[in-house]
Amino acid sequence: MSSDAIAIQTAEAAGRPWVETLHEWVTTVDHKRLGILYILYALVFLIIGGIEATIIRIQLMRPHNDFVSPQVFNRMFTMHGTTMIFFVAMPILFGFANYLVPLMIGARDMAFPRLNAFGFWLTALGGFLLYFSFVGGSGLYGAGSAPDVGWFAYAPLTSRAFSVGHSADYWTIALLVSGFGSISTAINIIATILCMRCPGMKLSRMPLLAWLNLVMAGMVILAVSPLTAAQIMLSIDRYLGGHFFDTQAGGSATLWMHFFWIFGHPEVYVLIIPAFAFASEIIPVFSRKPIFGYPVMVAATICIGFIGLSVWAHHMFTIGMNSYANSFFVFTTMAIAVPTGIKIFNWLGTMWGGKIQFKTPMIFCIGFLLQFLIAGLTGVMMSVAPFDWQLGNSYFVVAHFHYVIVGGILFCLFGAFYYWFPKITGRLLNETLGKLHFWLFAIGFHLTFDSMHIPGLLGMPRRIYTYEPGRGWEIWNLIETIGVFVQGIATLIFVANLVLSYFNGPKAGNDPWDAWTLEWSVSSPPPVYNFASIPTVASRRPLWDLKHPEDPDSHYE
Amino acid sequence: MRIVETMQKADWPAIISRVVGVAVLVAGVLLAAGLCTAAPQDNSVPSIFDSHSTPADSIRHLSHFVLGITGLIFLVVFSLLSYVVVKFRRRVADAEREPAQVYGSTQIELAWTIIPILIVVVLFLATARVIHAIQDAPRPAEAVEVTAIGHQFWWEFRYPKLGIVTANELHVPVSDAAYPTPTFLKLLSADTDHSFWVPQLAGKTDLIPNHPNGTWIDPHETGLFLGQCAQYCGTQHAKMLLRVYVDTPEDFNAWVRGQQEPAKRDEKEAAGRHVFETTACLNCHAITGTNGTGRFGPDLTHLMSRRTIASGAAENSAQNLRLWIQNPDSIKPGSLMPAMKLSDADLDALVRYLETLQ
Repeated sequence: MSSDAIAIQTAEAAGRPWVETLHEWVTTVDHKRLGILYILYALVFLIIGGIEATIIRIQLMRPHNDFVSPQVFNRMFTMHGTTMIFFVAMPILFGFANYLVPLMIGARDMAFPRLNAFGFWLTALGGFLLYFSFVGGSGLYGAGSAPDVGWFAYAPLTSRAFSVGHSADYWTIALLVSGFGSISTAINIIATILCMRCPGMKLSRMPLLAWLNLVMAGMVILAVSPLTAAQIMLSIDRYLGGHFFDTQAGGSATLWMHFFWIFGHPEVYVLIIPAFAFASEIIPVFSRKPIFGYPVMVAATICIGFIGLSVWAHHMFTIGMNSYANSFFVFTTMAIAVPTGIKIFNWLGTMWGGKIQFKTPMIFCIGFLLQFLIAGLTGVMMSVAPFDWQLGNSYFVVAHFHYVIVGGILFCLFGAFYYWFPKITGRLLNETLGKLHFWLFAIGFHLTFDSMHIPGLLGMPRRIYTYEPGRGWEIWNLIETIGVFVQGIATLIFVANLVLSYFNGPKAGNDPWDAWTLEWSVSSPPPVYNFASIPTVASRRPLWDLKHPEDPDSHYE
Repeated sequence: MRIVETMQKADWPAIISRVVGVAVLVAGVLLAAGLCTAAPQDNSVPSIFDSHSTPADSIRHLSHFVLGITGLIFLVVFSLLSYVVVKFRRRVADAEREPAQVYGSTQIELAWTIIPILIVVVLFLATARVIHAIQDAPRPAEAVEVTAIGHQFWWEFRYPKLGIVTANELHVPVSDAAYPTPTFLKLLSADTDHSFWVPQLAGKTDLIPNHPNGTWIDPHETGLFLGQCAQYCGTQHAKMLLRVYVDTPEDFNAWVRGQQEPAKRDEKEAAGRHVFETTACLNCHAITGTNGTGRFGPDLTHLMSRRTIASGAAENSAQNLRLWIQNPDSIKPGSLMPAMKLSDADLDALVRYLETLQ
């Protein structure tokens, strides 16, 4: 029956004018289409952010290089960071959450479909505003253009005295606008998960992806609000005579830091927790075993959510807090390493005793496990405040967070693409190209980001457009730049795979991976109404129960 | 409902190349770590592992402890991951049956929760001790006191008790363990955030406007130690370099005496001094004995006692001085020194005058 619906849709689509299709997509409130819009939007910005990173790395390839001026370089690192966090990572993760959560909990859509569309278009507007700054940012004295204050825009550099023109305002307002979009989506996810689960799906039977997106959504609301407040305060400083952060009038630069990092630290958990969700769905299926320790995985995530709100000043160990304050944040930061670390053990426990299939989604998740382990350990190093007094604000930090975001989050995202692309489009991605993508990307990633730790240890600070020769930094910077090109080629292969497979890939059918959650019970792609009749579930793996009626999960949990 | 797949043999090439790749990675890391610690004798590489001062030494010792623990954790977990990936791969012969469906194990999960908690407790105690030792260190009476003021994009150094004002190049006495003479720095900022980082001497501490901070160093060896600003402060953050000269007590005292003297007054270069005193130079720069009392830019009274100009961006030579005054953007584009647009004659006279300011 569902294949008939597709046949009808295709036949209709063949004859329709393109403006009608465009109009449908622009006015859609369907969670699946909005999910796809979020993902495509993020992929475009991933390419743009990648170009910015390439410009940075070419400039730093050798000392005293003059590929770009310092002014342009400073805009590049500001835009690269801001773009990747707010207009790549967050939208793409919201996109997957949007697409998958209703399907996995047996619902027909999100709780608030129009709020969903509103959230997407706000985010889209934010990205457009940020990039319009390149064109429209000319302000006083012709100074302006894209913001160049760093992605965390420390005060008082952002005051009118030191940021002439409107470039800082584009940063502030773009993020303010997209922040409201993020909060809308977070509210939607929470309401959907709490209110629209299908019969039988108690919270303790929900897929881990749903649980983790629930915690992520709670953190978005708690984290984005202080950032929004700080941006309003900054705008008041810049235009309405305020002095919150204006140190020349008695304001406080450290106040901005506290506001920013109370956002900034939970934000990184907002980014990694959905990546954990992908790994927690993919690893069990390709190990052919249920996730090891489901209750503890949930509890650990909730712990991370709470403790994550108490660690923010580990980004501020060098600002001159007293020894007691520093020690407090050392303790909370080390504490959060425990629930985060034991998740790695749970994933290993899932693979232990399994029959691992090395399909592309799985090998990306195995790469994630190795790389997240290393990233977590460099994080523990920096939680040791005195060590951070050396490592902080150096290339060691840059290496650490790229290890988490690229080596951890992006690898899981690639895995998620290979795993759910068949569900979304009805066609499988090419396995050979997938493996080539993985290996090339892994080689490039390690070339760049393993090397990057070393200049940090040798005294290279971050956000510098050039550096002095003879400090031992040159060779590592050169290797890092080479790695970027390798990663670029791998990404192009991935994009080619997406495009070619969309048109020519083998048909996937409902359940190409022999998986166990509800999205694999409907056609690929799913009908617009998701489920012909809302399912009833009796365990965490409803499709396992159907496929193994002699040994259902419901007997054990 | 299972889709029949083409049977796959164990992906040996992938497994072997992965293990070999990571082994190469680990070897490379160890090699790099070795290279880092084997820094050349002349302090040209400001490695945090090549410490020559008590705070940097404490940090290095703590870092060895931390690296040991994290290294051990890495080896254990990496070995488990490698083992799992090889031992539990799907074999062709056994592919049809699902493996035993294990949902968890309370004992195992308890163990791998308690052990990390214990590690955290130990690490925290070791860390808290070093934090306190560095941040709450008492200041001995013989300490040299320096006030460092961060500017966009240069460092102002004042020695209040000695009546000295200089810029960018810090001179401190070497500190003997038996009779310590550390240098305590008060850290202020005239504009945006900066950070004082000389890796071989101490961890970094930020200079934040309206928020005085402090740090201290007690170098055990003489020599020149390199560093730079470590908090993005604007366009020329990259060239806000630091040079710390650790002198023997005799050399330090000689330097202090030289800095305490008023500017040399060489009547042969009165024309150049006249240029300084009648153009905008004196709005930003101070030279004792002249009308120049500006504090926006570095004090030039003893300009020629410094090896570099523009906060380390260029060597202090006549040619560079001339270029800097005529066109600062050619050395440090975006610095706040304006191009002075002097005539060639004025420029030459001015440079000759500046060269007398020993």
